[in-house]
Amino acid sequence: MLNIQEYVAPNSLEEAYQYLISQKGATLLGGCAYLNLGTRNIPLAIDLSRTGLSYIRENEDTIELGAMTTFGDVEHSAILARYFNNILALSVRDIVGIQLRNLVTVGGTVYSRYGFSDFITALHVLDTQVKLYKQGIFDLEYFLENGSKEPDILEKVIIKKDNRQAVFKAMRNSRGDYAILNLALARIGDKFRIVVGARPGRAALALNTMEYLNNEYAQKRELSPEILKNAGEIIAEELSFGSNGRGSSEYRKELAKVLLRKAIQEVI
Amino acid sequence: MVVNLKINGRHYTLDVPPDEILLTTLRNLGFNSVRQGCDTSTCGVCTVHVDGKAVLSCTVLTCRLDGHEVTTLEGVEEAAETIGRFLVEEGVEQCGYCSPGLIMSILYLEKCVPQPTDEQILHYLNGNLCRCSGYEGQLRAIKKYLEVKYGAGSKQAI
Ligand SMILES: Cc1cc2nc3c(=O)[nH]c(=O)nc-3n(C[C@H](O)[C@H](O)[C@H](O)COP(=O)(O)OP(=O)(O)OC[C@H]3O[C@@H](n4cnc5c(N)ncnc54)[C@H](O)[C@@H]3O)c2cc1C
Ligand code: FES
Ligand code: FES
Repeated sequence: MLNIQEYVAPNSLEEAYQYLISQKGATLLGGCAYLNLGTRNIPLAIDLSRTGLSYIRENEDTIELGAMTTFGDVEHSAILARYFNNILALSVRDIVGIQLRNLVTVGGTVYSRYGFSDFITALHVLDTQVKLYKQGIFDLEYFLENGSKEPDILEKVIIKKDNRQAVFKAMRNSRGDYAILNLALARIGDKFRIVVGARPGRAALALNTMEYLNNEYAQKRELSPEILKNAGEIIAEELSFGSNGRGSSEYRKELAKVLLRKAIQEVI
Repeated sequence: MVVNLKINGRHYTLDVPPDEILLTTLRNLGFNSVRQGCDTSTCGVCTVHVDGKAVLSCTVLTCRLDGHEVTTLEGVEEAAETIGRFLVEEGVEQCGYCSPGLIMSILYLEKCVPQPTDEQILHYLNGNLCRCSGYEGQLRAIKKYLEVKYGAGSKQAI
C-alpha cells in the first residue's frame, strides 16, 4: 500500500529530475507494481507517464525501449519480434498475468536491478546499454554491478542490432510464479554468451563457461554431449547459487546444467 | 486531486487522494463488480480495462488516469451476460467471486486474439486465479463461447 503525500505528473524529464532531487524520499512511479508491495510512505510521487518515455523505436543500428514501455508493449512489439528470436517478449510472457504486464515498466525493472528479473537476464545476453538522464550511457553489465551513483531517471534501454540468435529459458513451479532460475544464451557467429539470473542473485555472465564453449567450438566445430556435460559442470561451479523458498542452491546448480544444455541445443 | 476520466462511457470529475487506487474509486462509485482478492497484484479479480487494455485496478493510482477511459463489467453487461451463461453451463460458477475479473480478461483475450489456441487462452487468463479451481471448466466455457461467436475454424470475426 502506498501512502502518498503529494503527486506530480511533469511533462518533461528535466522537470521530473528537478522534483526527484528536490527532497529526500521523492519517488518515481513506473508501473507501481513493485512499489505497491508492502507499505511505503512517499512524500512526493513523480509520475513519469507524461514524459514521453513510452516507445519502442528502431534506429539504423539500435533498438530503443523508453523507460515507461510496459512488458505488455514488449510482448506485442512487431519490432522486437524481428530480432534475437523475440527473446525479450519470450522472457516476460510468464510474469504473472497480462493485466500486470500491461502495467510494469522497463524503467522500473532495469533501474531496480532485481535479481529475480527475467527481463534483465534476457537484456543482458544482448548488447545492451542503459541511459540515465543525468549520468549518461552505461553498459548494462556495468550498471547491474554498480547501479546509479546518485538519484537519477532511467530514460531508456538501448540495444545494438546484430544478428545474434538468442534463447531464454526459465524454470518455474507454475506459470506466473517467480523463476527458480533463468538463463539466456546468445550465439554470435561462433561465440556464445551466457547469462544466469534468479540464482536468486542478480543476472551474471557465466564467463568460464563461455570461454570453454567458445574454445571447444573453435577447435571442433561441434559441441558433443560430453562438451555440454562439461559446460554444465563449469557453470554450476563458477556462479554462486543461493537457497530460498523456491529452491536450494543444489537444485539451482542442477537446473543451470539442464537449462544450459537445452539452450545450446536450440542454437547449434 | 481532481481527476477527469470516463467510466463506462460516462464522464466523471473526481476529487481523490493521491494514493487512492482505482479499485477503491470504482467501488466507492458503486461499481461493485470490481473486487479485491489480494494485496500483491497477483489474483486478477480486480481486472478492468483502461483505454482498452486489461489492467489490475488494485495497482493503478486513480490520479494517473486524468483523461483516460475505464471500463468495468457494468459497462459491458450484455457481453458479460453471454459469457456468464457459458460459464454457468460448464459449472464454473462456484462462489463466483472471480467471475467479473475473469470476464474482463476473456473480453481482452477476445479483442487481442479472437480465435485463440488453448495455449493462448491459458496465456491470457494466467493472471486470473480462481480459488474454487474451475480452470478446466473455464477453458471449456471460453472455447464454446468463442466458437459460437466466431465459428469453429473460421479466421474472421463475425
Ligand atoms: C506480484 C509480482 C510478481 C512479479 N513476478 C515477476 C517475475 O516472475 N519475473 C520478473 O522478471 N518480474 C516479476 N515482477 C517484477 C515486475 O516484472 C517489474 O520488474 C516490477 O514490478 C518493477 O516494475 P514497475 O514498473 O512496477 O516499477 P515500480 O514499482 O513503479 O518501481 C520500482 C522502483 O523503480 C523506481 N523507478 C521506476 N521507474 C524508474 C525510472 N524510469 N528510473 C529510475 N527509477 C525508476 C521506482 O521509484 C521504484 O523504486 C513481479 C512483480 C509483481 C508485483
Ligand atoms: S486484487 Fe488481487 S490482483 Fe488486484
Ligand atoms: S468461482 Fe470461486 S473463486 Fe472462482
